[in-house]
Amino acid sequence: MTSDTSGMSDTIRPAQPARPARLRGATPPLRAKARHAPHLRRRSVTLTALMTLMVIYSLLPLAWLAINATKSQNGLFNSFGLWFKDFSFFSNISDTFTYDHAIFTRWLLNTVLYVVVGAGGATLLATLAGYGLAKFDFPGKKAVFAIVIGAVAVPGTALAVPTFLMFSKLGLTDTPWAIIIPSLISPFGLYLMWTFSTDAVPKEMLESARVDGAGEFRTFFKVSLPLLGPGIVTVLLFNVVATWNNYFLPLIMLKDPDWYPLTLGLNDWNMQAQTAGGDAVFNLVITGSLVTIVPLIAAFLLLQRYWQSGLSAGSVKG
Amino acid sequence: MTISRRRGVLLGASALAVALAATACGSSSSSGKSSSSSGGAQSATVSDADLQAALTAGGNLTVWAWEPTLKKVVADFQTKYPNVHVNLVNAGTNKDEYTALQNAVKAGKGVPDVAHIEYYALPQFELAKSVANLTEFGADKLDGTFTPGPWSAVKKDGGVYGLPMDSGPMALFYNKTVFDKFGITTPPATWDEYIADAKKIHDADPSVFISNDTGDPGLTTSLIWQAGGKPYTVDGTTVGVNFASDPGTQKFTAAWQQLIDGKLLAPITSWSDAWYQGMASGKIASLSIGAWMPSSLESGVKGGSGQWRVAPLPQWTAGAKASSENGGSSLAVMQASSNKKLAYAFLKYATVDEGAQSRVDNGAFPATTKQLNSPDFLNKTDAYFGDQKINQVLADSAAAVTPGWSYLPFQVYANSIFNDTVGKAYVSGTKLSDGLKAWQDASIKYGKDQGFTVK
Repeated sequence: MTSDTSGMSDTIRPAQPARPARLRGATPPLRAKARHAPHLRRRSVTLTALMTLMVIYSLLPLAWLAINATKSQNGLFNSFGLWFKDFSFFSNISDTFTYDHAIFTRWLLNTVLYVVVGAGGATLLATLAGYGLAKFDFPGKKAVFAIVIGAVAVPGTALAVPTFLMFSKLGLTDTPWAIIIPSLISPFGLYLMWTFSTDAVPKEMLESARVDGAGEFRTFFKVSLPLLGPGIVTVLLFNVVATWNNYFLPLIMLKDPDWYPLTLGLNDWNMQAQTAGGDAVFNLVITGSLVTIVPLIAAFLLLQRYWQSGLSAGSVKG
Repeated sequence: MTISRRRGVLLGASALAVALAATACGSSSSSGKSSSSSGGAQSATVSDADLQAALTAGGNLTVWAWEPTLKKVVADFQTKYPNVHVNLVNAGTNKDEYTALQNAVKAGKGVPDVAHIEYYALPQFELAKSVANLTEFGADKLDGTFTPGPWSAVKKDGGVYGLPMDSGPMALFYNKTVFDKFGITTPPATWDEYIADAKKIHDADPSVFISNDTGDPGLTTSLIWQAGGKPYTVDGTTVGVNFASDPGTQKFTAAWQQLIDGKLLAPITSWSDAWYQGMASGKIASLSIGAWMPSSLESGVKGGSGQWRVAPLPQWTAGAKASSENGGSSLAVMQASSNKKLAYAFLKYATVDEGAQSRVDNGAFPATTKQLNSPDFLNKTDAYFGDQKINQVLADSAAAVTPGWSYLPFQVYANSIFNDTVGKAYVSGTKLSDGLKAWQDASIKYGKDQGFTVK
């Protein structure tokens, strides 16, 4: 069945973006780059300069963070921000993970829990719903579409307080559910999966699968899911980033530091300096922030190729 | 014990104040709900034996506090009374906690048994009857246990609404190395000398300042307090706000206006990272601040070890020995607590009994006379301060606090609008006295809107 579907997808245009991406993934990136080099010859000096500026602009804060994570607290105060002073990187790292009975590790695990269950669940739901909306006709579809589009326009921050009041009535505040349940809803992910499924899964294929006697679930898992890969990864990345960086919702939902995600925990550490008698740990705040963004950077680098093809899925190519 | 420092919490703070004032007018419940008592307000109905029984029986307590030294106190407390389980929650620092606390009181759900409340905010909670009157448990018999400043801050019309946890008698913390460098051999004894020294330092090196200030309500009120000013008068729900013709305020504005006009104060907000950096790099040479500062200096400005010293706060009148309180906080039992007896027993443990010593050992400045006057405390030397016996200076300051000061019952709100009014004097041509007048007007208007009788 798999070979059948891939053969068919090659002949059908909308699925194209997905295929090259997966092929490229199989070859080493260096060779892939070399192969594409001739196409990159046409260079514009202005655009390159502009791009370089943008790259510097985007990377500067990151460089600052990386450089200052190597300094001790005293070094931070007595040195230029973009250059090294004393090298305390390893002691900073070990202090970050051991400070206050290794609470940082707890926060890290909390964040992982919220991301795996919350963002993973959101992606699963978005995929199922998006696919269902794209491939099945049923009464009220237009209304669902309107609601989803409307929901995309409402920022999560605006819903945080009403959600808090509701959860407070349910007795769910100060528990992980208060973070996980709202994270499961991703209207934008649903919309993305919807448009992606419309293009990536040809109706003809579904029909032939049905003719061959496959049930809807089998069709979904065996035929559609492989084609939806780039879209799923894109939505997953969106949700992972949103959940990993979630700050406002946990801020109002959680009071118990044992359930804090990293964002709240780091803020807590930063606030210590603003309390008389509190322990000022600027070096740990900076090192902790660096440690916090490393998994996100890794996720992006590893899933980059899916992400790119997923983003361009809706656009007209070739 | 924290200095109010963020400015953006205006919304939350004002919502809090509104809710508080509303409850103040509507509620008439008093401390009679506790299961054990029959409601004799002025006399203790709960004996020490009752408290001991509550501790032995045990139970659960939720404590909201951000004070770091309480962690150890709670751990020790639970070791001593294994049947009591204390859930210590950091529900935010100062204004954040007050907002959360008020929301919980309003919702009638999730209110902690014990809350950490600063002295300046306590009247607000007391007026709203959110905190319990502790005389029922015998708190009125603790007269003399605490130093006069903090003790008067938790007492109101014969009631006791919290037990003092720490205090912040003011002193001048200065970097001796920087002072020496600019030829200042003795720390300024009067504010006039302070201004002269500020000029000396800043003229010699424009990047160095004697101190920082971008408009801080805590510092301003504390210095007016030291000058003998009484801009706030409070009698139940009748309040008065008068900076304009208050003699103490005029002393303050005359001096501070010179510092502002001469640009002699670093434009750095206290408690920001730039503030720590300024002290670490010697750009901020001194601080007029509460006695709880040493532990923050030692952890935040490690490189300044051996350089800092403590001197009495400069005086408004040469030869005088006046001081005032800056910050400081109490632990209060919430009215909504279902186990007030146990909550009070914890309060007593943390602020009077073993907890008091444990907290001093971990860097807190005591509010108890026993700890403050103990030779161990007074003779303690500290390498960070060049082996100076700083506690003697600080204890002297605690004894010299000018009596008679009171905060507004809506001080949390008033402080939140400080930067919109007085703050202008630091960044534009507005005179400090005009700024204070604007603050006064805004405070009066707010008080009236909330149903207070404003004189």
